[in-house]
Amino acid sequence: MDLRPPTHFVSPRARLLWAVEGVIGTVVLIVALVLWTVFGDLGMPWTLLGVVVILLVFVGGVLLTPFARYRIHRWEVTDDAVYTQRGWLTIEQRIAPISRVQTVDTERGALARLFGLSTVTVTTASAKGELKIEGLDRAVAEDIVRDLTVVTAASDGDAT
Amino acid sequence: MTMDPQEQQAPSADGFPADDVWRRLSTRMLLIHPVKELIRFLPALIAVVIAGSTGGQKWWGLIGVAIAVGLGLLRWLTTRYRFTPDQVQLRHGLLNTTTVSAPIDRVRSVDVTASILHRALGLAEVKIGTGAGEKELKLDGLTAAEAAALRGDLLHRSRAQAAGGSAARGTVSNADAADQPDPAGRQPPSYSPETVVYQLNPSWIRYAPFSPAGLIAALAIFGIGSQVINESGIDWGDNGVVNGAADFARGLGVLAAIVVGLLALVVFVVLLSLGGYLLAFHNFRLTRDDAGGTHHVTRGLLTTRATSLEIRRLRGVALHRPVPLRWVGGARLEAITTGVKDDDRTMSTTLTPPSPAPVVTATATRVLGDPHALEQPLQPHGPAATRRRYTRALVGFGIPAAALVAAATVWSLPALVIPAVLLLVLGVLLGRSRARWLGHAITDRFLITRSGSLALATDVVERRSAVGVVVRRSFFQRRARLATVSLATAAGAKAYPVIDVPQQQVGELAGQLLPETAEQFLRDQPPTTHSA
Repeated sequence: MDLRPPTHFVSPRARLLWAVEGVIGTVVLIVALVLWTVFGDLGMPWTLLGVVVILLVFVGGVLLTPFARYRIHRWEVTDDAVYTQRGWLTIEQRIAPISRVQTVDTERGALARLFGLSTVTVTTASAKGELKIEGLDRAVAEDIVRDLTVVTAASDGDAT
Repeated sequence: MTMDPQEQQAPSADGFPADDVWRRLSTRMLLIHPVKELIRFLPALIAVVIAGSTGGQKWWGLIGVAIAVGLGLLRWLTTRYRFTPDQVQLRHGLLNTTTVSAPIDRVRSVDVTASILHRALGLAEVKIGTGAGEKELKLDGLTAAEAAALRGDLLHRSRAQAAGGSAARGTVSNADAADQPDPAGRQPPSYSPETVVYQLNPSWIRYAPFSPAGLIAALAIFGIGSQVINESGIDWGDNGVVNGAADFARGLGVLAAIVVGLLALVVFVVLLSLGGYLLAFHNFRLTRDDAGGTHHVTRGLLTTRATSLEIRRLRGVALHRPVPLRWVGGARLEAITTGVKDDDRTMSTTLTPPSPAPVVTATATRVLGDPHALEQPLQPHGPAATRRRYTRALVGFGIPAAALVAAATVWSLPALVIPAVLLLVLGVLLGRSRARWLGHAITDRFLITRSGSLALATDVVERRSAVGVVVRRSFFQRRARLATVSLATAAGAKAYPVIDVPQQQVGELAGQLLPETAEQFLRDQPPTTHSA
């Protein structure tokens, strides 16, 4: 017997967000390489190597990983547990009983706000047991936070 | 906090009543502070004395001593502490007064330390910890009897309050503490009979050279010493002895010098380990106080330490059998507990120093209160996990081996192939050893997980301490149909992994770690499809 993946996908717009993040990373690298080649005295072979690296970053970060991550990133909140799956090369599934949840945080980066996306982080008493759901639709994230806050407030004990 | 008058009477006999009165530390500290300040300023003083003597003005040295003594006096004068019904407070500083408070119901550890100076004067330093991450409160300079009584009282009060009532206190008589303190302060007085769980046998120092524990202790102790040497301005490069040794080495030739150097290093490390073991672990004793609900550790040759671990915060034990120690039949034990800062220097979670493995196992059994936890046969993880142990070890050793072979061909030095082959043989041996030790078991109370080879560790963690489960699969693990399943907890290392569990057992293990929670996430497949 193995664990099945959680039921819900994150927002489809997450792919676009991750791809845009990849593009920004690539652009930063291109600018750095151009500046280094023009103002620094970077030899031709090194510039070529830089171009190859940037191409790899572009293909990986913009064309591949956003789609791979979207296929893998999933989440599920039931009456008594939170279950997430994330990663790309290394895939991690995490389960936390709701009775052990300590805090629920939402985070919206500047770019994520443009796409109407949020990240929800559920922490437990273990520093190595936090659950993170990236690329959630803002409304969905708010629902999750509201549900979890109600349930965790109702359960007693210090969740250790 | 509610206290009946009878209970309020008892502590006042010990000299720490909850009466809100600020008091000073023992006047005998006036002897310790100046000496400590003198040691701190020793390098500066030496410089002053030398400068003074060459200039013919000896009184410079005297002024230096006077300043050091004055600082010590000032520190004593400006430090006060008091006990309120529910707090311990410490106030210090002349211009900027700082007050540190520890709420008694949150006291998690009370450690009593007595350096050789303190012991000569019958004094001790009490450190009151209120949890990981919080600043601890230090009362440096109570009499040994006060310290021991305070320690017992604080732990019992904290426990009684945490238990939410005075029911537990009825069984614990505070008056006992007032009668018992040993004037010499060698042993802390006990509130109730304590059961000895472990007592160090002096001959077990033979395990010291085979474990880094003694070495770490030695480094922690001598760290301060080396600082003094550095500050004293001794220049090693300009030292006659060092230069003499260098000349001697040049005379011997390179190979002999290396051999002599290695031997000297081994002797030095062995001596340091023995010294550290003796200083830190002399008379190491682990006792259990059932009424107080704590384990106590007392240890130390010159500086004695008494530390406590609350049983209700104990979540398991970690049995360490690293390589040289395992080869000579030794082991050591650590507690897995919540709310204790676990760093090597303070050794606050050490349950036994390096000792014979059977003794350590017996201690673990007694600490856990479960006779079968460590006898449980561990379940191996199957051929795929075994293969991964070999490939990982061989990749680790294969890269330097390949580099050696490449070097052998490039510089046509066939001799380099020999170390390359040796490396590969080591890789195979390491892989075999790792595969042999890898395993886990589940009992009613515990998850037992064992892994490693050079740093072999068996973690025994209570299942009820699980606050989550993490299932991690790397790219290669997915190909091998394996997963690392970790128990996430607030205690100890925060995550206890079971490495390379076969895919068809992942669901079962997750279900055992989080009963009633993980089951809903299992695949609805009849288990018979995986019977192969």
